[in-house]
Amino acid sequence: MSRFIAVFLICLPVLLGLSAGSEADAQTNVPPQTSTVDSNPAVSKLDDILRRQEGLKTADDVIRANETGDPDAAMPTTDQLGTLGGASDADLWRAFRFGKADITTQARVPAATTLIQDGGMWWLDFRRGPLQTIAIYLLGGTLLALALFYLIRGRIRIEGEKTGRTLLRFQAFERFGHWMLASSFVLLGVTGLISLFGRTVLIPAFGHEAFSSVAIVCKWVHNNVSWAFMIALIFVFIIWVVHNIPDRTDLRWLAKGGGLIGGGHPPAKKFNAGQKLIFWAVILLGGSISLFGLSLLFPFEFNLFGHTFSWLNGLGAPGWFGFADLPYPLAPQEEMQYAQLWHALISLILTAIIFAHIYLGSIGMEGAFDAMGKGEVEEQWAREHHSIWAEEVAGPKPAARKEP
Amino acid sequence: MKAFLTAVVAMVVIAAGAYQILEVINVSTAKAGTSSENVRLSD
Ligand code: HEM
Repeated sequence: MSRFIAVFLICLPVLLGLSAGSEADAQTNVPPQTSTVDSNPAVSKLDDILRRQEGLKTADDVIRANETGDPDAAMPTTDQLGTLGGASDADLWRAFRFGKADITTQARVPAATTLIQDGGMWWLDFRRGPLQTIAIYLLGGTLLALALFYLIRGRIRIEGEKTGRTLLRFQAFERFGHWMLASSFVLLGVTGLISLFGRTVLIPAFGHEAFSSVAIVCKWVHNNVSWAFMIALIFVFIIWVVHNIPDRTDLRWLAKGGGLIGGGHPPAKKFNAGQKLIFWAVILLGGSISLFGLSLLFPFEFNLFGHTFSWLNGLGAPGWFGFADLPYPLAPQEEMQYAQLWHALISLILTAIIFAHIYLGSIGMEGAFDAMGKGEVEEQWAREHHSIWAEEVAGPKPAARKEP
Repeated sequence: MKAFLTAVVAMVVIAAGAYQILEVINVSTAKAGTSSENVRLSD
């Protein structure tokens, strides 16, 4: 019996592979993009219906959009009428799909009269497929890279002898701003990921009921803690922007790879070029996440994509990369779908960047955490990592002081 | 540590406050997709 199961299991993929192969063969014998097409924009034919059933595109949308029941083409009143008068069932569904139906509803919301919306399927597939794959590779890959970096490079130690003296690096209000930004970001990240992976991972693992409670809490936290994040983002921008204007020191710092590669400590002011990159990533990506988050929090109130797409199409931008024009105009729901995808993608990218930041601010570098923990750093740490700033705050190195 | 704890407290206060404000001014994401229980027959 067990041998049978083994043989069956071994054969299963082969069988599946074969059947998938024969399907693929059928498609290559009759390449759908060319042969079944006969997708003539002027007439809608059986071929078009068959193509649609295969999930392929057809070119007859324009005429189908108009085949929504023409009263003039209706059966004469003297003849026997169908229940829909001049329209057939198919006419009615086409009217829904192409937004031609005259829909009356008690709901007074922007999207209420869109009953069928093609873009929804693409979005749903993308959200539960590629988006989650991107999330896993991006976040998993970053963690793996950091683990590898730790194994190869180890903790970045304070190289010189410690002085026992400390320098004030961040005042209490600066640390307050940082920690409000950090704690809200972590909460938003966790609750956001739970929402993203709910249907595909958590419901199958823990069941609908358990996930329902978790989802309700996560939604509340995500929607409301977002305000703390936005306020902290503005706060941090105001207090640190002066220290984050790029200058020539940054070029030298970057040219030396920040000393991470090849050792050495290129001079740096209060923030080195790497930190400035983190700062601007947090401000710009965090700002974008906030903007699109707000558009999701107040649905249909501000539509950010349609106009941008039409503007880009006008420039011919999609063509530069060999793409077809971006969709325009967008249904209200499509605006929300694009906002969701953008919000999620940018959040994933920023989360990956923040993983690296958290690593360097904690286990990755000796002496770094104190800056945000106590607010004071070891003088030697400051001289190694922020030599220009350290000299401003504590004067030249004692050894250098002796020189005339 | 004190800065961190204050920040967490501030975060909780802001979140609860935001929720209260949105409740009072009667704004909710759910409302954008539903309408009142009363059926309006015209307008
Ligand atoms: C939760 C764990 C975190 C730890 C342990 C941590 C640690 C640190 C430390 C030690 C510094 C000071 C570096 C220095 O002395 O130069 C710092 C700075 C900073 N942190 Fe964090 N941080 C965390 C999370 C975050 C998050 C989630 C964000 C933003 C979303 C963030 C944004 C910043 C920014 C913009 C700076 C100033 C620029 C920089 O040093 O890169 N941090 N962080």
